Amino acid sequence: MSALPATTPFGDGTSKPQTPSLPRLLAGIPAEGAMTLEEHLAEHGAPPLQLGQGRRSDRDRAERLIDEIDAAGLLGRGGAAFPTATKMRAVARSRGRAIVLANAAEGEPASLKDRTLLEALPHLVLDGGMLAAQAVGADELVICVCESFGAGSQSLGEALQERAETADYAEFDRLARVRLTTVPGHYVAGQETALINHAGGGPAKPLFTPPMPFEQGLRRRPTLVNNAETLAHIALIARHGAAWFRQLGTPTQPGSALVTLSGPVAHPGVYEIEHGASLSSLIEAGGGTTAGLRGALIGGYSGAWIGAERLRGIALSNEYLAAHGAALGAGVVLLLSDEACPVAETARLARWLSGQSTRQCGPCVHGLDALATAIEQIAGGDGGGRAAQRVERLASLVLGRGACRHPDGTVNVLLSAVEAFPAEFADHGRRGPCDRCAGAQELPLPRRPLPPDPARRARVRLGAQR
Amino acid sequence: MSHRVRVNPIACEAHGMCAELLPERITLDEWGYPVIDDTPLAGAEVEHAIRAARACPTFALLVERDRDPARR
Repeated sequence: MSALPATTPFGDGTSKPQTPSLPRLLAGIPAEGAMTLEEHLAEHGAPPLQLGQGRRSDRDRAERLIDEIDAAGLLGRGGAAFPTATKMRAVARSRGRAIVLANAAEGEPASLKDRTLLEALPHLVLDGGMLAAQAVGADELVICVCESFGAGSQSLGEALQERAETADYAEFDRLARVRLTTVPGHYVAGQETALINHAGGGPAKPLFTPPMPFEQGLRRRPTLVNNAETLAHIALIARHGAAWFRQLGTPTQPGSALVTLSGPVAHPGVYEIEHGASLSSLIEAGGGTTAGLRGALIGGYSGAWIGAERLRGIALSNEYLAAHGAALGAGVVLLLSDEACPVAETARLARWLSGQSTRQCGPCVHGLDALATAIEQIAGGDGGGRAAQRVERLASLVLGRGACRHPDGTVNVLLSAVEAFPAEFADHGRRGPCDRCAGAQELPLPRRPLPPDPARRARVRLGAQR
Repeated sequence: MSHRVRVNPIACEAHGMCAELLPERITLDEWGYPVIDDTPLAGAEVEHAIRAARACPTFALLVERDRDPARR
């Protein structure tokens, strides 16, 4: 696959030569505030102007970006790791003018990467969103940000202002109108049909599919929903090409990734890693651990636990993590200290995830509540063996029976805890709470109330109106 | 071409009519929601399934022709 042809002088040959090194997305990230447009251009060069709408030759040229993303092997960074080019192609081939939704809802309490991108590197996300819009023939880019995240909305607004005042960028952004919409903070709000439902004026709750978003999404138009980090990678793939992207990462999971490291480390925060990097190198980058480790939660709150004894030698790539029943998901790496009780933490997590059900589907409403109750019973030493059997039975009963994957993700993470900490679960089932149960609670489980129905939210229109 | 039974879990309100009318395919879980065997329907079952779908008070039961199985 050849590099993208530069179609106009804008973005032609201005990119710095790139060596396979990190950081990529986080290159030049300011210590505080947002990277300005000037700094962004100095760091990354201008994006290639694709052109898109209308004429067939323009569309063909725009679709070459999809081929390049395909060759790069970019996988979605919202959690599902779905091939981005496949999704883009489906949208490009659906009937009707498309819409692009940039997903920065980030309902994962242990993830900060999307808000970091929007707050500090808004131009990278906007470049990627515009390029994606041009590639699929969209005339609208809707950026979905959590309502709790004022700084991101503000830096986006300022970034759009800067772009409108810069002639080349105004031309680059001309093809799609940008709209910013705030999304409620509950866990499922960022699920793609929930986002579409909300952006269309409904509650931020998942929809029954099909129709799939790529065929009939927002206002029944073909809709591309991409995570903010996915778009940021698109911004760089368009500049440097697929071969450059593949200089880092593994063959099946190329490129770099943003991960949010938290727990007992000296410097918790967002780090950019190469796929396949060792967990120990990430922890080292985070200044090392500040306590002994009991285990790690990988991927997010629908991810998987890995016990401390298996953490040595862990590589952060899906082909490696699959052997542990885990995946990198939304890039969450949460370490649990040996001061915490994994059973008590799992019981808290189970109750929280049950509370994050949007209460649309019976098996999710009742099943997750029953699961949380069974795990609380184990944690309390109430009915040990029977409760453990009930967890297994409820798990298989709930799987696959929601309109979205919230029940499935919840089952996965809870079962992975039981598997990662078998001695602790057996012990609690027999003897009840341990010394650590009443200690410090480590998993962040913020109050994230479900929105009233229909959802209350603010909407701001930004950017040039067509 | 084969047909399968599917439920729209958002629309379903656990009336349980489907399990009455299509017991060979549908049982109810402990909360009254249908658990569905979604393997392809045999010829004569299609008619039963359609009758069950029509009887659902919330139109949550669907009899679908096979779609691309890769789509969720």
